[in-house]
Amino acid sequence: MDEWKDYKRVFLTLATPGTLWLALFFIIPMAFLFVLSFSSKAVVDGETSSTVYDYFNTVKNYTSAAGSDYLVLLWRAVWTSVVATFVCLVVAYPLAVAVCFAPPRYRPILLLLLVLPFWINLLIRTYAIYTIFRTTGVVNQAFGLVGLGPFEMMNNSGAVIMGLVYVYLPFMVLPLYSTIEKLDRSFLEASLDLGASQATTFWRITWPLTLPGVITGVILVFIPCLGTFLISDRLGGPNDITIANTIEQQFLEANNWPFGSALSFILMYATFFALMVRAFVAKRSVGVDA
Amino acid sequence: MSAQLKPGRGPLDYATRPWIVALFFLSLVFLYAPIISLVVFSFNVDKTGVWHGFTVMNYVKAWNNADIFAALSNSLVIALVSTIFSTIFGAMTALTLWRFRFPFKNAYEGFVALPIVVPEICMGISLLMFFTYTGMMEFTRDLPFPLNLSNIIFAHIAFSFPFVTVVVRARLQGFNRQLEEASKDLGATELQTFFNVLVPFMMPALVAGALLAFTLSLDDFVITFFSSGPNTTTFPVKIYGMVKRGVDMQINAASTVLIVITLAATMIAMKLQAPNKAGH
Repeated sequence: MDEWKDYKRVFLTLATPGTLWLALFFIIPMAFLFVLSFSSKAVVDGETSSTVYDYFNTVKNYTSAAGSDYLVLLWRAVWTSVVATFVCLVVAYPLAVAVCFAPPRYRPILLLLLVLPFWINLLIRTYAIYTIFRTTGVVNQAFGLVGLGPFEMMNNSGAVIMGLVYVYLPFMVLPLYSTIEKLDRSFLEASLDLGASQATTFWRITWPLTLPGVITGVILVFIPCLGTFLISDRLGGPNDITIANTIEQQFLEANNWPFGSALSFILMYATFFALMVRAFVAKRSVGVDA
Repeated sequence: MSAQLKPGRGPLDYATRPWIVALFFLSLVFLYAPIISLVVFSFNVDKTGVWHGFTVMNYVKAWNNADIFAALSNSLVIALVSTIFSTIFGAMTALTLWRFRFPFKNAYEGFVALPIVVPEICMGISLLMFFTYTGMMEFTRDLPFPLNLSNIIFAHIAFSFPFVTVVVRARLQGFNRQLEEASKDLGATELQTFFNVLVPFMMPALVAGALLAFTLSLDDFVITFFSSGPNTTTFPVKIYGMVKRGVDMQINAASTVLIVITLAATMIAMKLQAPNKAGH
C-alpha cells in the first residue's frame, strides 16, 4: 500500500468524486434530518408555520414516539417482523440442510433456484402475489372449482407476513447454507454412532454449531422486515402499518416533518444496533472455528 | 436391522428425506408460482384469473400505452445513466481504499458503506427534504426529458456506487502489484499502466458491479418515490399505483419484459463472478 502523501494528486483524484457525492447527497440530507428531529415548527405571527422551524429546541419528537399510540404501533411492527422472521427460519433451515446434503454437483443449481426470485423487482413480486391471491385470483379460482371460497386473502396481517416471507426467504437461506456447509459431518456421525437420536443430535450438535448462521440470517431478515414500506402498504389492511409507513404518513399526510425525522432516526438506531449484534456474533464465531 | 442401507436412506442423507423433499418442492412452488402466473397471464385475453385464450395484444397495448411506455423508458434511462456514474465512482473509491494508507481510513470505509445499511425509507425521506429545501425539486420539474429525472439519478448514484466499490475492491485484493511495477519499469507512465494493466484486471468486477448497479436502480421504489417530483413516474412507481387499484394485463406484460431484462443481467453477472472464469 502507498502512503497517500507520496501520491497526493492520484489520491485526491481517486477519492474526490465518491466522497463529494456522498457528502452532498447522503451526509447533508441525513444531517438535516438529524437537526429536524430535534426541532419544532416555529410560531410566526401567532400561527404555527408549516415551513419555518425552530431548530434544536426540543426532544419532544423522541419522547412522543414513546407515547402510547406509537408504542402500540411500534409493537405491531416489531411483532409482524418477528413472526415473519420466525417463519423464514423454520422454512429455510430444512431447505438449507437439503441443499448442503445434496450431491455436490446439484448444490449450486438448488441454491440458485432458491435465491433467483430475489433478483426480480420487489414491486413486481409484490404485484405478482397480489394478483394470484386477490379474491378473483388464480388461487381463489382453484378453490372455486372445489366449491370453496372465495376467501379474502389480501389486506390483512397474514398477507403482510406471507409477503415478507416470500421476499426475504433468500436472506435466510444464504447464511444458513454457508454455515451448514462448513459443519463437520464427523460430529454428526459420532453422535449417531454413540446412540443419540436424530432429534438429540440436531439440538445438541447441529443447532449450536450453526447458531452463528442462524443469528446472521435472523438479523438479515429482521432488519428489512422492520423497515419494510411496500409490502405492508400494498398487501396489508389499514392496521398493518410499519414504522416506515408511519414515517411516510408524517411526511406526506400529517405534515409533521420533525416527528417523522425522529422516527427515521429511531429506525436507523434500531438497524445499527442489530448490525452491531451481528458483528459481535461474527467475531465470536471466528474464535470458535479457530 | 438389515445389514445394508439402501442408497439415500442413510442417517445423514437428509436431502432425500421425503418431508424435506416435499418442503423443498412446496417452497419452489411458493417462490415461483406468483411470478410464473404473472408471466402466463400476461398472454391471457382478459384480466380474470381464468385462462381464456392466448394473445400478445397486452404487449402491443403496453407498448402503445403512453404512461407505461414513459414509466418504463424513464426507469431505463435512470438506470443507464446512474450505472455509468456509479461504476466510475465506485471503481475510483475502491482504488482509493485498495491502494492508499491515509488517516481515518477505517472511518472512511464505514462512511462509504453507510448507504448500503441505512434503511431505504430514511434515505428517501432525507433526500425528499434536501431536494425540497434546496429548490432542486422545483427547478428540475419543468426541465426537458432526460433532465427532469436528474434528482432521481443523483439519488440512485448515491445508493448504488458503494455496492460497486465493494465488488471492485474484492477483485483488487487478488491483484499482484508487481505487474504494475513491471509495467512502470518497462517505461509506461502512471496513466498507461492504469489503463493497460489495472483496468483489464478489474474488468470482470467492473461489469459485475455495473450490472449490480443497473439492477439496484431498476429495482428501487422507495428512494425514487420520495426523490421524484409529482410529474415523473418510474416503472416501479407506476406498478405501485396499480397494486390495490386492480389488475391490468398491460402491467403484467411490461413486468414480464422487465423480469427478462433483470434475469439476463443477473445471469451475465453471475457468469462473470464465477471464480473459475475470473481469470486467475
